[in-house]
Amino acid sequence: MKYKKIKRSIAWLALPGVGFLSLVFVVPLLALLATSLIGPDNHFTLSGYVSFFSDKFNFGVLSNTLKIATWVTLICLLIGYCVAFAMASASPLIQAIMFLIFIIPLSVGVVVKAFAWTILLRSNGLVNRILISMGIADEPLKLLFTESGLIIGAVHVFLPFMVLPIFAVVRQLDHRLAEAASTLGANPVRTFVKITLPLTLPGVVAGCSFVFSMTLSMYVIPSLLIGDRYQTLPGLIARAYLFMRDRQNGSVMAVLLLSMAIAAVVLSALITRQLQRSQKTLASSV
Amino acid sequence: MNPVKPLRSSGFHLKPLKLLQFFLLLGVAIFMLTPLIVVLLVSFSQSAVFNLPSANWFDPDFSQWSLKWYRSMLNRKELMSTFSLSIFVAVTATLVSLVLGTLCAYALDRGTFKGRDALLAFLVSPLMMPGLVLGVAMLQAFRAIGLYEVSIALIIGHIVITLPYITRTVHASLNLFDMGLIEAAQTLGTAKYQAILKVMVPALSPAFLTSGLFSFLASMDNYPISIFLTTAREKTLPVEILKLLEESPDPTIAAISTCLIFLSILTLYIAQRLVGLKRLVQF
Repeated sequence: MKYKKIKRSIAWLALPGVGFLSLVFVVPLLALLATSLIGPDNHFTLSGYVSFFSDKFNFGVLSNTLKIATWVTLICLLIGYCVAFAMASASPLIQAIMFLIFIIPLSVGVVVKAFAWTILLRSNGLVNRILISMGIADEPLKLLFTESGLIIGAVHVFLPFMVLPIFAVVRQLDHRLAEAASTLGANPVRTFVKITLPLTLPGVVAGCSFVFSMTLSMYVIPSLLIGDRYQTLPGLIARAYLFMRDRQNGSVMAVLLLSMAIAAVVLSALITRQLQRSQKTLASSV
Repeated sequence: MNPVKPLRSSGFHLKPLKLLQFFLLLGVAIFMLTPLIVVLLVSFSQSAVFNLPSANWFDPDFSQWSLKWYRSMLNRKELMSTFSLSIFVAVTATLVSLVLGTLCAYALDRGTFKGRDALLAFLVSPLMMPGLVLGVAMLQAFRAIGLYEVSIALIIGHIVITLPYITRTVHASLNLFDMGLIEAAQTLGTAKYQAILKVMVPALSPAFLTSGLFSFLASMDNYPISIFLTTAREKTLPVEILKLLEESPDPTIAAISTCLIFLSILTLYIAQRLVGLKRLVQF
């Protein structure tokens, strides 16, 4: 009896941390939501959202944001998937080195990395010099302050978040399954689609949701690599709060960004659960 | 040419694929590291326009290298004051998070109450949120209650993102800790609080140090929350760096960045010695 009481009282130890987060994390977010829903006359209104979506300019901003996030996620997925497999079949030493190569940039701040890309992407920068010396380009390409420059920088910053979860799954793959499939006569494409891809999908889903939601909300990278003329949602939010002091409009955009980021995470959790369930039924039917 | 070996189970035994794999990994390694190396090289250059110090990479001419941007970094008062504010905020936020996070982790691990999984998910959820939105929300909330003290606002704001790191890491390592050891110490006549202090704390110290170092780095490098909680007079280092880049870029920024890169590498080295890198990154 006394033992149980002690056990229950242990729960109270979490109170300071939970209370702190409730006060400075939950309450401010709820207040932000409230600001976006309360008009100047202190009444509930959706006018903030209506005016946001009735402005054509905002659609351009949303489509810029989603377009960049989609491209960065797809490129990270393509590179990350191949790299994860290449790492998994490399020797332990090379695996350890590659691991470090992804972890070191990951631990460096994003301001430093974005600054590095402004040096690399300028017209007489290293990237252009390499492109010209390899004969890919005849004259310096404009990379800084373009979408391609932004995508290159963002892929560099977010690639580790794609490679590491996929690598964690690929490393645990049972290679005998793929071998069995090819012994039974499946061609490599079929083996990949039927065996390898489904087994690695949890890592892919996790990586894509990390990268997508982080790319949606990046602010430092676009402001250094593409500038103010190309507007994304985070840039507009920052401007609304830092310069224009437009609370209602800013909070509407912040709530939209938050819901998109949360949607990406929730969607990936649902897909992962579904995948686990279908793999279980597959295993039990065999 | 060697004759093609018959019947291969997996494609990776093929020579061309092995070569492809090698070049893929090499290419990605170059892609990941070049930006950091370029910052390092620029910080030692003479020129003020971000040129690399030596055009000939195989026979570098070290007479062209200079430390003048490091001197300029140390001579700029406003840089040093932002740096000390950053350090102060990062250290305080980390220490507070260590206390709160350890209590949470202990409650999650030893408590038997319902909803512990949900509680852990709640405690790490700030990491899933866009930092910018957190910053905006806190700015608004702090204004509403009249909190205008920059350093306190920054500390509170940064704890929101450092607490999850510490709770997660300490919780994971409590999971591995054998509570039988405490009981053993008690059987041998040690008081319970002493047993915890002398047995459990040392066993968890790698987790404390590692998660503490990473939360320190997360706070030092944070931009999206800090930008909303700082003012023109009181800024953190990343905010100041971005402002300098927009207004008057010169290789002094490369010198600061190089210092930050080495701070990260040092942190990773210590963490590697203490717990091993693979356990640090749990996805």
